[in-house]
Amino acid sequence: MAKADVKLPQMQSGFDFGLCRRNDMLVKQGGKPAKFLKTGTTIVGLVYKDGVILGADTRATEGEIVADKNCEKIHYIAPNIYCCGAGTAADTEAVTDMVSSQLELHRYATGRESRVVTALTILKSHLFSYKGYVSAALVLGGVDITGPHLHAVYPHGSTDTLPFATMGSGSLAAMSIFESGYKEDLTREEGMELVSAAICAGIFNDLGSGSNVDLCVITKGGKEYLRNYKKPNPRTYIREKGYSFAKGHTQVLSTTIVPLKDKVTIIEGEAMEE
Amino acid sequence: MFATGIAEEDRKGSYVDRSISRPCNFEISQQSPVTHTQYPYVTGTSVLGIKYKDGVLLAADMAGSYGSTVRYKSIHRLKAVGSHAVLGASGEISDFQQVTQYLDELVLNDYMWEDGNKLGPQEIHSYLNRLMYNKRNKFDPFWNSLVLGGVENGQKYLGVNMIGVHYKDNHVATGFGNHLARPMFRNEWREDLTLEEGVKLLEKCLLVLFYRDRSSINKFQIAKITEEGVVISEPFALKPNWDFKAFHNPTLGADGSW
Repeated sequence: MAKADVKLPQMQSGFDFGLCRRNDMLVKQGGKPAKFLKTGTTIVGLVYKDGVILGADTRATEGEIVADKNCEKIHYIAPNIYCCGAGTAADTEAVTDMVSSQLELHRYATGRESRVVTALTILKSHLFSYKGYVSAALVLGGVDITGPHLHAVYPHGSTDTLPFATMGSGSLAAMSIFESGYKEDLTREEGMELVSAAICAGIFNDLGSGSNVDLCVITKGGKEYLRNYKKPNPRTYIREKGYSFAKGHTQVLSTTIVPLKDKVTIIEGEAMEE
Repeated sequence: MFATGIAEEDRKGSYVDRSISRPCNFEISQQSPVTHTQYPYVTGTSVLGIKYKDGVLLAADMAGSYGSTVRYKSIHRLKAVGSHAVLGASGEISDFQQVTQYLDELVLNDYMWEDGNKLGPQEIHSYLNRLMYNKRNKFDPFWNSLVLGGVENGQKYLGVNMIGVHYKDNHVATGFGNHLARPMFRNEWREDLTLEEGVKLLEKCLLVLFYRDRSSINKFQIAKITEEGVVISEPFALKPNWDFKAFHNPTLGADGSW
């Protein structure tokens, strides 16, 4: 069997900051600084009796606007490992995809189930080498042969190993629920209730979080990805009849008809060779 | 009850804010413009307040932080104002002491009219609002978030004030309390909380604040205001729980993590 070799990305000199100089110059000339898509976010994780429960809200913000009302913040890393992401959406998506591919190759090389510490180590080395510029704050959880694990990963590459963790702008609201409600050896129902209560606290008390609650329960036996487990913000008033725009609603001011036959020439010929 | 050490010119009527009576310097001189202290020095952290069945409860810890060090551990941040109101403050402690001095004078002068009327919490809050907003307009604010709780004629009053922004609610908090305690209040507050339930709710929030706010300490006071009057409790501590299995050996089975 080939020796397992997890390759870390090779870099010559880290980031090229040339574009930052360009952005500064544009701002000085009176332009607006570019906004990027952030997941304002409340993400949480907790260890219960049989495994790990991860939770997340579903709002993605671009400055003050809600860009995506129902995005997915719980990312797949391995069949037994999932990762919630807060911070810049592109960074969390890219970094979790990267770790996921690396782990899949690693599984083929080793013939074993992936371990949470492997994902943790790849994530933290990557984030550390980018000095915090990859703005990804993650809650990584999973169950492997050594048991259930939950880690919080920060953009600069430090990690915490905890029985319960929260990240994102709604982390304080969620943490207040956890600190007052967490006990050891929670049952599955109690754990799911506590996690969804924490996410709801973020949804209703933090402006950067909103919409629905996503849950992911990981145990030794497998995982259960509960997309939109709770929908506490339904659209209350919808016109039942719908809207119809019959002909005659819009006034026609002028009509021009351009026959396409004159513009298109049809050439009889042979089929292209492959 | 005149405080000693006030300059002769300041001993005017109590409803005149002292800073108005001093002439402003409008001359544009060669020197830099008049500036005031830009940042607070000795600060208090969150104050919590809830209405309950019989009145209002306020809670605060007793820490006075000097930057990142806990310099004073017995600061009383809840002060009785008159007979049926309590003022709690977070932010600069010296500004809070000045505000309470103004309020003491206000209450005293009102008492001296001897007309059978007393200043209620709503009136005191209005006065505070003028005080805070006036200082803010002169670019010399009182660096505080003030919570006023009181009971008058059966009506419970609970309001917050900073820089002249004022609002009332059934449950309020300042500073970190807004992020950590308000979500819990929104989940668990009810109109008909008994005294025990109210105190239990406040203690739950105070414990979370002790865990997660670095400027708080495990020494608290709770003030109760009802029709009977004001009672501010003796300082007490809560029991934190550090005894999770996972805290004993966090990286058990996760070699290579920290």
